[in-house]
Amino acid sequence: MTTVETFPTLAEAARAMGSGAAFFGGGTVLMRDVNAGEGPQRLVRSADPALKEVRAQGETVRLGAGVTMARILAERDLAFLHSVARQIGGPQVRNMGTLGGNLFAPHPYGDFAVALIALGARAVLAGQGGARPVEELMRERARPPLVAAVEIPRPRSGREFSFLKVSRVKPKGVSVLSVAAFLPAEGGRIRGARVAWGAMGPAPMRGQGAERALEGGALDAATIARAAAQAAEGLDPPTDALASAWYRKEVAGVHLRRLLERMERG
Amino acid sequence: MAKKPVTFTLNGRESAAFAEEGQNLLDFLRRSVGDLSPKYGCGQGGCGGCTVLIDGEPHLSCLTLAEAAAGRKVETASGLATGPVLHRLQEAFMERFAAQCGFCTPGMLVSAKALLDRNPRPTREEVIEALSGNLCRCTGYEPIIEAVLDAAGERARA
Ligand SMILES: Cc1cc2nc3c(=O)[nH]c(=O)nc-3n(C[C@H](O)[C@H](O)[C@H](O)COP(=O)(O)OP(=O)(O)OC[C@H]3O[C@@H](n4cnc5c(N)ncnc54)[C@H](O)[C@@H]3O)c2cc1C
Ligand code: FES
Ligand code: FES
Repeated sequence: MTTVETFPTLAEAARAMGSGAAFFGGGTVLMRDVNAGEGPQRLVRSADPALKEVRAQGETVRLGAGVTMARILAERDLAFLHSVARQIGGPQVRNMGTLGGNLFAPHPYGDFAVALIALGARAVLAGQGGARPVEELMRERARPPLVAAVEIPRPRSGREFSFLKVSRVKPKGVSVLSVAAFLPAEGGRIRGARVAWGAMGPAPMRGQGAERALEGGALDAATIARAAAQAAEGLDPPTDALASAWYRKEVAGVHLRRLLERMERG
Repeated sequence: MAKKPVTFTLNGRESAAFAEEGQNLLDFLRRSVGDLSPKYGCGQGGCGGCTVLIDGEPHLSCLTLAEAAAGRKVETASGLATGPVLHRLQEAFMERFAAQCGFCTPGMLVSAKALLDRNPRPTREEVIEALSGNLCRCTGYEPIIEAVLDAAGERARA
């Protein structure tokens, strides 16, 4: 049996977390378990307006953890995130599913988290100062800390960041894999390459093989070929009803190449 | 287990009932409120049969906590007709044979209504996108898409 507790502020919600509690975002993952009679003992909700906060201007965008995919799509200044949000679920799921929930949604979900990791986003935890890299939180998925907001560095141009999702059913299918790349360049050379994968490990993760191949190079055919060849390095994809681990590793390079070629064309 | 009173607007009318702890909105609407138009297909978010509008936007009622509907405007397919007069979408669904078994129809109708309220002249692609969270095992979707486009056309002419 699941009980539901609602708190006016995030600070109070944070204090109520702990034994048997899960924080309730949009519920698109949690309610499935509740409906199946396998929900957590306690659902903790909060009506704190900070959860829905959208600060879309400036070099760093700040989004409350309770911001939905639909809300992101409605914000012109968040255009760099639109192709990601648009590819998550159908209209109903986008009206309900939050950014915070996407960080901890199980395989094959977490497409938004993939984009955030590539962008080097940081999570602000409720009741704590400072912010921690989103990728660090991926290691704490068994007991997620309560996320209040996410800070996302805005790419300087549309060419710097791109996201690609591969699914069998269109629109609305879940990921065979997803991949995002953030490739800032200085003087024609990539500096600080970040590549992130979804559905290629226990949680969304960095693609270190591809990053190494891209770093310091120009985004040209030779660099892209090298990155594609090293794409699967360090990835540990699961086998599920959509694809086998072998298949996912086999096609990782193909899809990374398509993503990078799209970025090269601009 | 404590029951929680939930007051909300259902199809324009003030409504109130008690929700059980952890009860989803679909079960609440069907069993506690008595609106049988939203359908239980999967209880897992996959089929869209339970789609209702909350503050005008499509939501899966099976994945919504009943108590989260408090103070909000809920619309279901039951609210589409005005007395004996069917909604344009319902007329168009009939004309196009867009319902066979009819199980998906209430969800399709409200998803389509949300689209037309926001975008009165959608393209075919926009219709497909708007219905992409609603499964139909009977019609092959074509008649449904045509019906929504028809309803949009009539609305523009009216
Ligand atoms: C039909 C369908 C299709 C879907 N398609 C996709 C898809 O294409 N891509 C995709 O990525 N996902 C998909 N999902 C999964 C899910 O809808 C999304 O991942 C969504 O973003 C999850 O957010 P939520 O707020 O609904 O999560 P919830 O169910 O509320 O929470 C999920 C998990 O995150 C935790 N959590 C929530 N908020 C916080 C917070 N602020 N701090 C700490 N922990 C938190 C919860 O405790 C829980 O463990 C789909 C789901 C359905 C039902
Ligand atoms: S019953 Fe809600 S999506 Fe199937
Ligand atoms: S008419 Fe039977 S499921 Fe759509």
